[in-house]
Amino acid sequence: MESRITTDDVAKVARLARLRLTDDELDRFTHQLSDILDHAADIEALELDDVEPMARPVPLSNVLRSDEPNDPLDRDAVLAAAPSTEDGQFRVSPVLGEAP
Amino acid sequence: MRTAVDIAAGVRAGELSALEVLDEHLERVVLREAEIHAFNHLTEEAARAAATGLDRRVAAGEDPGPLAGVPVALKDNLCTEGVPTTCSSRILEGWIPPYTATVVERLVAAGAVPVGKTNLDEFAMGSSTENSAFGPTRNPHDVTRVPGGSSGGSAAAVAAGFAPVSLGSDTGGSIRQPAALCGVVGVKPTYGTVSRLGLVAFGSSLDQIGPFSATVADAALVLEVIGGHDPGDSTSLPGSFPSVSEHLDDGVSGLRVGIVTEMMGDGIAADVTARVRAAADALAAAGATVEEVSVRAVTYGLSAYYLVAPAEASSNLARYDGVRYGVRVEAATAGEMMEATRTAGFGDEVKRRIMLGTYALSAGYYDAFYGKALKVRTLIRRDFDAAYERFDVLLSPTSPTTAFPFGDKTADPMAMYLNDVCTIPTNLAGHPAMSVPFGVGDDGLPVGVQVLAPALGEVVMFRTAAVLEGSVR
Repeated sequence: MESRITTDDVAKVARLARLRLTDDELDRFTHQLSDILDHAADIEALELDDVEPMARPVPLSNVLRSDEPNDPLDRDAVLAAAPSTEDGQFRVSPVLGEAP
Repeated sequence: MRTAVDIAAGVRAGELSALEVLDEHLERVVLREAEIHAFNHLTEEAARAAATGLDRRVAAGEDPGPLAGVPVALKDNLCTEGVPTTCSSRILEGWIPPYTATVVERLVAAGAVPVGKTNLDEFAMGSSTENSAFGPTRNPHDVTRVPGGSSGGSAAAVAAGFAPVSLGSDTGGSIRQPAALCGVVGVKPTYGTVSRLGLVAFGSSLDQIGPFSATVADAALVLEVIGGHDPGDSTSLPGSFPSVSEHLDDGVSGLRVGIVTEMMGDGIAADVTARVRAAADALAAAGATVEEVSVRAVTYGLSAYYLVAPAEASSNLARYDGVRYGVRVEAATAGEMMEATRTAGFGDEVKRRIMLGTYALSAGYYDAFYGKALKVRTLIRRDFDAAYERFDVLLSPTSPTTAFPFGDKTADPMAMYLNDVCTIPTNLAGHPAMSVPFGVGDDGLPVGVQVLAPALGEVVMFRTAAVLEGSVR
């Protein structure tokens, strides 16, 4: 039976989501994601052109707080939870010059 | 075991010591926690200090509040300043949040005593707690069976008497299903009534925090404390949470109750539907009118949910990149570091949902999957609204079966997802629903009956639940 999603699709999605999969995982996940998408075929088949999408249950939008200074989180407390910091900032390996 | 209502009344009156109440519960933890594994982290020392402080305040003539001296267990996806918050994931192992969730602040301000952080399926994704990176929680009624999930630790903690009440989060049934399997009360309130500030996000348009308890009255008491507007959550509804407790004895005379036809057929165990019918009979005997009602679009709930929730999760979990918090696996470049960190830090179910969500949101599939799923939400909301024109509350099973054995569904994600077929539609609609224990199935294990209500229909939902609770005793 033709799979709803190919191993190439799953490999691409994993790359986009910054996940590395072994060959075994790639096969297994392809199978499982295919099962889930098979189940979703019931809504794929629905005719819904006249139906408005509902992204959230509450019709609130553009909720703003009053434009006054408040107490932000303490910088040292936040940085204390980070894997690596330097001079009050998060530290990471080089980003520029990285292969695409 | 004492109820939260009794504990708070006793402590406030100076008749009960908060420290003694705490010790009663911690003794039960000592006896059974090794077997149950409800907790990722216990905070006994801080709890003892808090209870001692409460006793001192009462002695000085102060009133510590409506939850004075009530021990509470907190799902380990609620941020607690100074206390590890892991979401049962390797990627957050050892993380100590710099702030506390609004709901926890409100509990503590009302005199509650947090005793620890409870186990869950990693990032609240699962229905059995088998997806926890730190090992599963066992069902106190039968330790060869799952407690349900994702809030399995919070449900088990109440069922085992480790705490009279606990908090969980419910994205597709993660409070109600484990409540049903552990024989306790579990409530998912209306979306927007309880602040999500400090709840680690999974599906932001679906997530809602709610209580577990042994009694309906205890759940009402906790909700009245944690509910109500929070300016720190942009999806928080204005106004305070309705007073539910004062209506618990109002009864159901004259209420119109609908049994959801679509949730009583295929895939639902006969011993479970029999309990739902018994619950309907009890409500009828108490003066309600009961009829079957079709809510057709709920049959599309599972499909819509497994596109919407993973889509939101794939976006929410993008933040775990090894930069700002949690675990990092070092690599030569930042991109390689992020990939290595996420690959090592996330378990299979989380990876599955991130990939599914990424797929559903990607170019070429967005309209066919995510866009369609959002329209199905509208259909479900519409069909519920139509049902609520004729009925005050709806009734269904909470879970298709009683608690199942470990390993039963771990190899087949779709089989696991089907556990939530009766609970998912209310999350998609943003409505409230709760599970009430109503006897046992053929295997002698607890069965939960789900009471569903329209948005902000908590009062009528709790009235119904209270009658069910009273008639099963």
